[in-house]
Amino acid sequence: MDNQKKKKVLVTGAGGALAQRVINKLKLRRKYEIIGVGFKESSYYDDTIINYRIDFSKRGFEMVFRKHQLDSVIHLGRILLYDDTPSRRYNVNVTGSKKIFDLSLKYGVKNTIVLSTFYVYGAHPYNPSLIDEMFPLKASNNSSHLADAVELEYLSSLYMLKYPELNTTILRPCNILGPGIQNSVSLLLNRKYVPCLLGFSPIMQFIHVDDLAEAIVLAYETPKPGVYNIVTEDWLPYQKAIKMAGGVPVPIPPFPPSLSRQIVRRMNIKEFPDYLLNYYKYPVVLDGSLFKNTYAFKAKYSLTDIFDYYKDQKNLRVF
Amino acid sequence: MIKKGLTALTNTMGRSVSLIQKAEQRMREELVRSTELMPEVLQKVFVSDEIKKLVQMMPKNIGDHGYDPWGYNQNTAEIGLAVLKSIYDYYFRVESYGLENVPKDGSAFVISNHSGQLPIDGTLIATALATNPNGPRAPRVMIERFFPTVPFVYTFLTQVGAIIGDPINCIKMLENGEIIIVFPEGVRGSGKPYRMRYQLQYMGTGFVRIAVQTKSPIIPVGVVGCEETMPSLGSVDPLARLLSIPYVPIAVPFPFPAKVLINFGEPIYLDGDIDDEDEMIKKVEYVKEKINHLIQKGLKQRGKRFL
Repeated sequence: MDNQKKKKVLVTGAGGALAQRVINKLKLRRKYEIIGVGFKESSYYDDTIINYRIDFSKRGFEMVFRKHQLDSVIHLGRILLYDDTPSRRYNVNVTGSKKIFDLSLKYGVKNTIVLSTFYVYGAHPYNPSLIDEMFPLKASNNSSHLADAVELEYLSSLYMLKYPELNTTILRPCNILGPGIQNSVSLLLNRKYVPCLLGFSPIMQFIHVDDLAEAIVLAYETPKPGVYNIVTEDWLPYQKAIKMAGGVPVPIPPFPPSLSRQIVRRMNIKEFPDYLLNYYKYPVVLDGSLFKNTYAFKAKYSLTDIFDYYKDQKNLRVF
Repeated sequence: MIKKGLTALTNTMGRSVSLIQKAEQRMREELVRSTELMPEVLQKVFVSDEIKKLVQMMPKNIGDHGYDPWGYNQNTAEIGLAVLKSIYDYYFRVESYGLENVPKDGSAFVISNHSGQLPIDGTLIATALATNPNGPRAPRVMIERFFPTVPFVYTFLTQVGAIIGDPINCIKMLENGEIIIVFPEGVRGSGKPYRMRYQLQYMGTGFVRIAVQTKSPIIPVGVVGCEETMPSLGSVDPLARLLSIPYVPIAVPFPFPAKVLINFGEPIYLDGDIDDEDEMIKKVEYVKEKINHLIQKGLKQRGKRFL
């Protein structure tokens, strides 16, 4: 196909494992011209993909939009929940995303995909199972540290409703796992001795990064604006997941809550901050039927496939 | 010479590192196995082949690893059923009638009278459903909202099929084809004193709305005998408020082995406008009437066989 007719896609967070899979999947379609933007780590692609290392909360970012007449934006770039200071996270995740939305409007982008997270629902003892997309987002009740995730959601919904021409789709996946994934659960499962709360083993859902990339490409290719939960239709308690990943659960006393928070702080595990503690105590189980029925999506990787990777990784390391 | 020595040294080091690695891996595997020892032993001690067969026969949507979205687990359910079955058979000597009215699969709402201070009636109805000779079902029960904060207990309860009482849970479970036991009287029924035995208390309209909404049949159930398991003179309300629990009964602190009779009625299919309060109240009254009828039937069947 002629280069002129190819659709131009901007993928943010191009250094991340998920974005790399999305880019590779789009590349194989041979229908798109892909422009990657990442700011934390530089990534290397072949010369068919234009890649920038730029902070999208900075002014220079507009240049990307000016230079390439973009058709669509897949916004995956995020500072993860345990990472960096809350104010920096807010600046990049919320203010930066607002900038992307504003630029998309200004330069006539016709299709936007935003990656959110299941964390926005909040882990609470009264949570019902199979939470659907209309459930209130209660993460800020857990901790103000999670405010940026919730605000990004509200911001995206606002743009989705006010500017239908952007065709915004918001995706809320469950725990993402797989090679290269750096989120809290993935890093914890990568440890040989994994902290958990004594007597608590919440039901969790996991999705392989490749399945999520497939879901993102599906949602991108046939835009049906809306909010969707994305899950693998299988469930496991946290402690069972640790064991399946070849780790040993190390229980922390759950009472009083202040004591467990203190212990977690003393343990000083970066990916296990005290404000994410509730997510390892109470379940947040999503109902993925809307996405499954809309896009006929079915995850290819089973939980056994996912955890075998973690098990093998552990057995390769000496310490 | 030096080269040879160095090679030997690196080889030895490499070998010891790989030995350490193997030992560490083995240790981890053994540690993981040791954490699973307890359920394995319980399984061996309590669970008979008959119970295993019953649990296997239950129609159920579960994932590849034996769990469902609410945390139900087959292996734990087997242990739970094995323990409950002996209490059901030998302590309360339960007699169940009308089990053929329970659908073999698909959603159903089991609505019963509540009594006896402790939720013994719930566990007995659940055991009756799980051991139903016409087709066993994995029953779900709705429990109080403070349970999720209790370690171990809640994990165990969810694994045998309990879940916190939330309308979303209830609707999603019925949509998933589950059978749910509900006591619409709640603490008004279970906490009532002995002098009010076998008098149905106020029931809300929530269960009727959900039944209409999800098109699930209601199976009315009358339980007779649980009132006698823990007769109470009344409740110490100030103490209950202090402990922030619904009631503190003035009664003996353990259940008597009273004989229990459970009558399952014919399924009731409801439809109508769920926003019409009057219509829903009429339907609740209809279900109450059916339950009352089953209770009276049970009382007649029991006669004077208290023990």
